[in-house]
Amino acid sequence: MIQRTRSLFLATGTALVLSAFSGCNEGGGDAIVIGEFASLTGKEANFGTSSHEGTQLAVEQINAAGGLLGKQVELRTEDNLSKAGESANIVNKLIAKDQVVAVLGEVASGRSLEGAPICQQNGIPMISPASTNPKVTETGDYVFRVCFIDPFQGTVMANFAKNSLKVTKVAVFTDVKSDYSKGLAKFFKEGFSKSGQIVAELDYSGGDKDFKAQLTTIKNANPEAVFVPGYYTDVALIRIQARQLGLNVPFLGGDGWEGADLLTIGKDAVEGDYFSTHYSPEAGSPKGKAFVEAYKARYAGKTPDAMAALGYDSAMILAEAIKTSGSTEGAKIRDALAATKNFDAATGSITLNESRDAVKAAVILQVKDGAFKYLETVSP
Amino acid sequence: MDSFCQQLINGLALGSIYALIALGYTMVYGVLRFINFAHADVLMLGAFSAYFLSPAVQKLLPLPGVGGALVVMLLAAMICAGVGVLIEILAYRPLRGRPKLTVLITAIGVSLLIEYSCQHRAVFGAATRPFPELISEKNLEFLGLTISSNDLVVVLVTAILLAAMWFIVHRTRVGTAMRAVSFSPQAAALMGININRVISFTFGLGSALAAVAGILYALKAPGIEPLMGIHPGLRAFVAAVLGGIGNLPGASLGGLLLGLLETFAGGIPGLSNYRDAIAFAILILILLFKPAGLLGKSTIEKV
Repeated sequence: MIQRTRSLFLATGTALVLSAFSGCNEGGGDAIVIGEFASLTGKEANFGTSSHEGTQLAVEQINAAGGLLGKQVELRTEDNLSKAGESANIVNKLIAKDQVVAVLGEVASGRSLEGAPICQQNGIPMISPASTNPKVTETGDYVFRVCFIDPFQGTVMANFAKNSLKVTKVAVFTDVKSDYSKGLAKFFKEGFSKSGQIVAELDYSGGDKDFKAQLTTIKNANPEAVFVPGYYTDVALIRIQARQLGLNVPFLGGDGWEGADLLTIGKDAVEGDYFSTHYSPEAGSPKGKAFVEAYKARYAGKTPDAMAALGYDSAMILAEAIKTSGSTEGAKIRDALAATKNFDAATGSITLNESRDAVKAAVILQVKDGAFKYLETVSP
Repeated sequence: MDSFCQQLINGLALGSIYALIALGYTMVYGVLRFINFAHADVLMLGAFSAYFLSPAVQKLLPLPGVGGALVVMLLAAMICAGVGVLIEILAYRPLRGRPKLTVLITAIGVSLLIEYSCQHRAVFGAATRPFPELISEKNLEFLGLTISSNDLVVVLVTAILLAAMWFIVHRTRVGTAMRAVSFSPQAAALMGININRVISFTFGLGSALAAVAGILYALKAPGIEPLMGIHPGLRAFVAAVLGGIGNLPGASLGGLLLGLLETFAGGIPGLSNYRDAIAFAILILILLFKPAGLLGKSTIEKV
């Protein structure tokens, strides 16, 4: 028995080592290699899957149109399992081993903040598709994003609560583990407290399963709406438990809500709630419509969400910068990216400002009949 | 006052689940004197068993429905009992008689092995899955309080299982054997008790409880993923120590107390961030004054 167990261990050990080696591929000679890090599995898998599909579609379209600088583009994608600490490792690996010319990623701000300093130190341009926390691009002049930032998003939701929902008392429920959530909560509070009242402020940790303690306190503060700037898996559970406590006021959130699992887990509980995000397939420019068609054709009729559109835009804007700079050198791509003006993207026209953030409109969606419905567009 | 009662109910519901899990820790400690860290992962496997079983059960019995839910729970408990026995035979039995530290480290290893292999794409994958509704959930209005029927189910199931456990341990032959092994394995073996069988039974029983706890936990928060056991597992382990490890009523008491502490701390605005810190600080205080736990007896180590 002992012998057999030992040989079993040896066998699995050898298999592990072999699979580790088979993962080794040297950086491409004839192709332009672009790295991507995303949460393809784990808690925020909807985000990574969508943004990756968008990015993948963009790379395929670029290659079909002849590639860049006469070369084909190769996308190297790494999964960070939605976990803290993984992104730093895989971005290091993409730069050191795969020798990528630029890095695309992440959706979650906390994980973009892990990758950004590494890209900055190595002089590799990084474009985040959907991280909205201001700190991400503050890392340095090699870090860009194709989405708006939380001071804007927080104000949009604060104004929406005040002007459209006509509520004056709001409770805020923040994920203390997430840079995104803390930032968005702060800007919402700043925007809303000018004319309204924040009646309760409570915290949870992303990944918690029991929120009833905090929700009971929120309910007793009698808010007219609750702002939860979290990610969809937590939000779905929070909403279910809020309904169980009889807390039936509308819940509001940001772009972190936009995952298909908000609906599959939350079901009826999230019905009627509102959130702000980057884009809606129902309201787009001709370029946006073309993207929706191409995406549906590529992914079996699936409708793209904001993360998919932003993943697409991040790759397209990078391709444009490589084309205009005529080079794959980090510094030259960076200069070309920084000069991006009125780029016609799937999520609207993108101009990168001096802090390397896109200045763009936000849309507000409502969960209605088990789907995300477009409500209004708010320009900056 | 309303808020106090509401939090009391929230805390009891959460604490009941901790109590169920803590029983598994404490029983294994009772017979083998080590902490089975893989217990938390058996809880996760219980929830996933129910997830995969319910479509099949739905063909025979209506789901959500009490009958269907019971069948799912029973089957999941049986699967997990099997898994628990298997873990013991494969991982712990070969180490019987070795230093306790070896077994403890093996337990951590087994736990990590289950967690990370289940995260693999080919097994469950790391994404959160929606847990099916086993029992239709209603809100009951009662003296100005809103009570979810799920919370009542949790408390009720826990109470029944605790009573059943007490009965098994104190009123059956195998329970007597368990207590004998716990008291002195050598003497029990001399009296003709098959120690391996008793230990297997203990693991099976504890794992079945973990499966039920996993399902109740998933009913409460219907999103399941391979790491879902870590958080309640750690709490339940602490609850078992708080109650006096090896002591069954102690584990239940510890679980309930921890659930209540966490809930009351979590409901304080501005401090909700520190709910675990507050709950655990109180626990440390209790253990300073009662090192053997609330119901544990201090024993002198035999050298």
